[in-house]
Amino acid sequence: MKKAQLVLEDGSRFEGFSFGSSRENDGEVVFNTGMVGYNESLTDPSYSGQILVFTYPLIGNYGVPGDKKIQGISTVFESSRAHVRGLIVSQYCQNYSHWKAKSSLGDFLKSQKIPAITGIDTRALTKKLRQKGVMLGKILIKNYGKKFSSLNFHDPNERDLVKQVCAKKVTGYFGSGSLKNAKTSVKKILFLDCGAKNNIFHSFLKYKVQIIRVPKDYNIKNQDFDGLFISNGPGDPEKNPQTIKSVKWAIEKNKPVFGICLGQQIMGLAAGAKKFKLKYGHRSQNQPCIELGTNRCYLTSQNHGFCVDKKSLKKDWEPWFVNANDGTLEGIKHKSQRFFAVQFHPEATPGPNDTNWLIKKFVDIL
Amino acid sequence: MQAKKIQKVLILGSGGLKIGQAGEFDYSGSQAIKALKEENIVTILINPNIATVQTDKGLADKIYFLPVKTKFVRQIIEKEKPDSILLSFGGQTALNCGLDLYRKGILKKNKVRILGTPVQTIEKTEDRDLFVKELDQIKVETPKSIAVNSKKQAFEKIKEIGFPMIVRAAYSLGGKGSGFAKNKAELTGLLDKAFNYSKQVLLEESLKGWKEVEYEVVRDKFDNCVTVCNMENFDPLGVHTGESIVVAPSQTLDNREYHFLRTLSIKIIRHLGIVGECNIQFALNPKKLEYRVIEVNARLSRSSALASKATGYPLAYVAAKLALGKKLYEIKNAITKKTFACFEPALDYLVLKFPRWDLNKFRRVDTQIGSEMKSVGEVMAIGRSFEEIIQKAIRMLQTGSYGFTDWSFEFKDLKKEIKNPTPRRIFAIAKALEEGWTVEKISRLSQIDSWFIHKLKKISDYRDTIDSLKKEIEFRKIKDFDEEKIKTGKYKKHALYKIKSVKNKRKVFKVLLEAKKLGFSDAQIGWYLFVNESQIRVIRKKLDIRPFVKQIDTLAAEFPAQTNYLYFTYHAVENDLDLENKKEKKAVVLGSGPYCIGSSVEFDWCCVNTIRTFRKNGYKTVMINYNPETVSTDYDECDKLYFDELSEERVLDVWDFEKPQGLVVSMGGQIPNNLALKLHKEKVRIFGTKAVDIDKAEDRHKFSSLLDKLKISQPKWNEFSKISNALKFSEEVGYPVLVRPSYVLSGLAMSVAYNKNHLKNYLKIATQISFEHPVVVSKFEINAKEIEVDAVAQNGKILIYAIGEHVENAGVHSGDATIVLPGQKLYLETIRRVKRITKDIARELKITGPFNIQFLAKANDIKVIECNLRASRSFPFSSKITGYNFIRIASQAMMNKYKKKEYNTIDLDYVGVKAPQFSFSRLKGADPVLGVEMTSTGEVASIGDSLEEAFLKSMYAVNFKKPKKNIFISIGPLEAKLDFVNYIQRLKALNYNVYCSKGTARVCFKKGVKVEFLDFEYSPKKEQGNGKVLEHFKAKNIRLVINIPKDLNKKGFSKGYYIRTATVDANIPLINNLQLAKLLVRSLEKDPDLKIKSWDEYLNYR
Repeated sequence: MKKAQLVLEDGSRFEGFSFGSSRENDGEVVFNTGMVGYNESLTDPSYSGQILVFTYPLIGNYGVPGDKKIQGISTVFESSRAHVRGLIVSQYCQNYSHWKAKSSLGDFLKSQKIPAITGIDTRALTKKLRQKGVMLGKILIKNYGKKFSSLNFHDPNERDLVKQVCAKKVTGYFGSGSLKNAKTSVKKILFLDCGAKNNIFHSFLKYKVQIIRVPKDYNIKNQDFDGLFISNGPGDPEKNPQTIKSVKWAIEKNKPVFGICLGQQIMGLAAGAKKFKLKYGHRSQNQPCIELGTNRCYLTSQNHGFCVDKKSLKKDWEPWFVNANDGTLEGIKHKSQRFFAVQFHPEATPGPNDTNWLIKKFVDIL
Repeated sequence: MQAKKIQKVLILGSGGLKIGQAGEFDYSGSQAIKALKEENIVTILINPNIATVQTDKGLADKIYFLPVKTKFVRQIIEKEKPDSILLSFGGQTALNCGLDLYRKGILKKNKVRILGTPVQTIEKTEDRDLFVKELDQIKVETPKSIAVNSKKQAFEKIKEIGFPMIVRAAYSLGGKGSGFAKNKAELTGLLDKAFNYSKQVLLEESLKGWKEVEYEVVRDKFDNCVTVCNMENFDPLGVHTGESIVVAPSQTLDNREYHFLRTLSIKIIRHLGIVGECNIQFALNPKKLEYRVIEVNARLSRSSALASKATGYPLAYVAAKLALGKKLYEIKNAITKKTFACFEPALDYLVLKFPRWDLNKFRRVDTQIGSEMKSVGEVMAIGRSFEEIIQKAIRMLQTGSYGFTDWSFEFKDLKKEIKNPTPRRIFAIAKALEEGWTVEKISRLSQIDSWFIHKLKKISDYRDTIDSLKKEIEFRKIKDFDEEKIKTGKYKKHALYKIKSVKNKRKVFKVLLEAKKLGFSDAQIGWYLFVNESQIRVIRKKLDIRPFVKQIDTLAAEFPAQTNYLYFTYHAVENDLDLENKKEKKAVVLGSGPYCIGSSVEFDWCCVNTIRTFRKNGYKTVMINYNPETVSTDYDECDKLYFDELSEERVLDVWDFEKPQGLVVSMGGQIPNNLALKLHKEKVRIFGTKAVDIDKAEDRHKFSSLLDKLKISQPKWNEFSKISNALKFSEEVGYPVLVRPSYVLSGLAMSVAYNKNHLKNYLKIATQISFEHPVVVSKFEINAKEIEVDAVAQNGKILIYAIGEHVENAGVHSGDATIVLPGQKLYLETIRRVKRITKDIARELKITGPFNIQFLAKANDIKVIECNLRASRSFPFSSKITGYNFIRIASQAMMNKYKKKEYNTIDLDYVGVKAPQFSFSRLKGADPVLGVEMTSTGEVASIGDSLEEAFLKSMYAVNFKKPKKNIFISIGPLEAKLDFVNYIQRLKALNYNVYCSKGTARVCFKKGVKVEFLDFEYSPKKEQGNGKVLEHFKAKNIRLVINIPKDLNKKGFSKGYYIRTATVDANIPLINNLQLAKLLVRSLEKDPDLKIKSWDEYLNYR
């Protein structure tokens, strides 16, 4: 294996060996503490622009499976390609073992042109990111050891990342039973795709609904629908002014609205609240979220760097879920209308699906 | 809230340690008590296991050293009037007792409510049929099993089960008439056979080769659930999880499988309505997404103790809080102190559990491992790669191996050894890899996932790379040897060279660093290069290759945590800790390592009390131990916990990093004690007795001349490297003699030779007697009493001592002996002499700290047989019976903080009796006899106003049941027969029916004692016995067997062996020692009132 380096914008270097593509990408370096689910994370569009560090030390154990699609949507990966800018692990496992596996993780990353480094003290790296906050970084392979002053770092959050990963055209999908029995009305969900994870579709399609997937800046005013959904996606929510406008409009028209992750941030902004950037984000599968007003606390899967500010919520809105660890806002809802959103991922993949009921909740109120 | 407030809670403990139920319940019980105390709840604990931390002062408000049996618990309830009871912290013993209390209406009558999981739920998880029905209701799959009554019916059911299937004759003992059918032809054959044994045959689906995966699940009464940990067994289904190598988290499950099983776990715990913690075992098909639920344990278990240590999540503590009705998200995460218990730990390391077996301590035991548990302990290794932890774990077992590549036995049939697991399968795999077998072949034979085998191969392959270092380093010969013979293995583990210089620094650096990342120890690397481990350490340090300290924080560094839970790894570039305060006083305590026969929870108790005393005296305490079943590895017991190896290398790593004032090596039993001299040579400071003085007691030759110098008598002994000399010596001193190999080959045990032939056989067959592997032969004293002294000294002066008396005569290992404290049948002169000798030895060895001396007494002739300058197995017993904490005194002495006090340990108004706990029923084929090798797995102790009362209580605590009517007696040696006739008469006077074997009956008739004779024939060829005795056993007519073996050295199977094992199999109490039998008869005669008195009530009479 070739030697490889991760250089952070503060000048620190972490040395290991390359096991992916030989490209030398840069990006925002973030860490994820999930112990399984690297295939799902790598293909999650929300990671675009980011170099992902797994804190679990052994990665690649079960290889990469072959793809399988339903209505053109993969049931294995979270989108049609890997979105991370790079991958950093402690020990890459070449000799994978799983009945579903079709290739090694290294080969998959090479095919996706994603660089990856193994042999890194990922705990040391994670602690650095936790203490100093997320940083920009660059992977060096050919230019291993190159002088810091000659390196360029680009902040992905300055770009419209969502534009790059969201749907380019309108597509319709039919949920379970929505075709067979045309007599009873089938609810239509207008799905604002900001870089949605595939399992959100699969989670909705378990129910008798129709989904119209549209690009994030789609003009929704002429569309006939029963409910509006705003998906997850990468980057700063404020980079999506047209989407925010669409949501505002739907709220004014009193259409039911539901959002996940970036969807919550966009809904928050549309409702007049403010966002802020977390120091090092929530990226894990073990975030406990308390549902206010109940005795319940749920384990959730998360992947976000931005967050809606609890204090900035307008008077018609209220906190719905809060993070049991740091108290940040994990869900918001309107006090009287059918508008709500969560910061975590009820569709899981990767992670626990304890909050999958939220999908049904939205379908039920349409 | 509802109902009455919880104010007073009774906690049921688990009793003596036995196979399948060990130290983990001391840990869970202690945590439960701590959790209740925080809520100001009064706690009453019943547990006869005196060596536990949970039965220490300052934890539970009241402690009863009484059997965890309905009869006793009922009386305690009536006396103490608790409002609630906890059943799930004392293993199966507590659960069974609790269910019985409930079914008999005792809890209801006394208005005691069960906290946590409701009884109905427990019943559902304990009863197989109910369990399957429950899970069927929520469409959760369990292994399919159908009972059929005819061949025709069986063929009709083929589709439902599918091939391959297991065919099992119902109600047959020992799996007779069962087998594995892959097709109809095989099924026909098996059915014919099975229907011979039974009218009903069970067809069960075979899950052979499926993965075994476990989840630890927690639920509060508000339905909040989390899965704290999942674990994957290295060994596939079919090997009991207690017998399996286990990794956490799972390694070969993808996100789908992981969360699929997680979701199922939560569905199950919700449906069953468990409040607290449970463990769910799954079988997972390795070829498609398919599962079965094997078992649910609705209580704290061994797995939950492991999961707690693996993740840092205090399961028992949380479960206790939930039992009180708390919400999961209100309980603080005790590790981070910032997050909450409603959360699932994220690991950024992995752990591996390896079971510790001790099968060669048992005569004739079957060494196959499978669906029954046989291991006596376990170790847990933490690291950042699989290679690192498997090698750590193998060393942690302390069975003499340097790592995965090192074993000391021959494999006759490698294929068989890999296919059919035994404790040495891991080394069979190592051997196969060394011989070039493919990963696929090994994986196919063993059905172990190839992922694991690939990792093992990496270790195996690296040996050659290490070997290549020979070219890069310049060596100097340090002794004369024949280089030609190196290849023959003659110099295995010999230091032949010293390192002169490193030629190629870059290459050596690279190879050494990678070797360390693969888990090779310095000793292991040194072994390939024929140099001492310290040589490797020196060059390693010069090249700046060192391990780094990492924290276990439950959340993979996501939040800053003040955790003190640490391990070492080479997969790192920085330490998690800086040494903040260099001036603070620091003491490192070395723990006891894995529980095995002879080293158990008692040493953990010693370590915990040492830490507590040092802490109280202003020291920061650092603990090193790696046994997940212990309290000493609890995060809140010490200031820092290194969950890592107790090896010279690792202890020196801690020494280098922590720079403490000193180390305590005298509390964790033999493992740390053995390190004393080595550490001393590396200039490590040791608290208490000096290493050179410890060595004087450890080294047989040095200790013997010391005794001679002090004019203290000892049994005659010598060391021999020639058979003829050993025989000559034995003739001189007279048989019997005790023989032991001084170098342990293939776990060979000690033995007693009663005549020349015995000795010859032993020496010829069992040992490679040679100059390098000599044997020690010593005069074996018969009919002598054994006396033990536990004591503490400072600068050679005794501070406190306790004299215990063995019930059994010498010849029974002190760990298997029944011990009475204070001694009840000792002459004053004997006590005086014992005291004097103890004083002389303490002075001569300048002892500071704990020590133990074992004596033989024949009339007033006192001989010393052993002396250990460390805490002994009986320290907790001596401390708790006398009411003075010997370990606290010893720790104060070692710190030089001791203040003089007077103690009365001899003239007490009560008696304590310690009884051994055996696990023979778990070990198929093992001969239940007492001998010079220890075989008990645990112990209990009770207190009474008289010897007989205390004795009976402690016998009940180890599952003795008072016989109702019929007793069977067979006594081997003639003198013993004559000796015991009188007692048989006395048993008859107590209205017992006494049945005897032929020989014993004959002696009884001669002496005019009328007994019934039961015939018994035994054919050694068929290894089968029959006769009236067995019929009586089967019909449960006989409720007590007294069998005194004649000659333990006889090869092959004897009548006595057959009777003893049949007794154990039939679950009938067995008394196998003459002195014990006599004491039992006396106690039955006296029939004392078994008083329900707490520990305090006795101590107040001190």
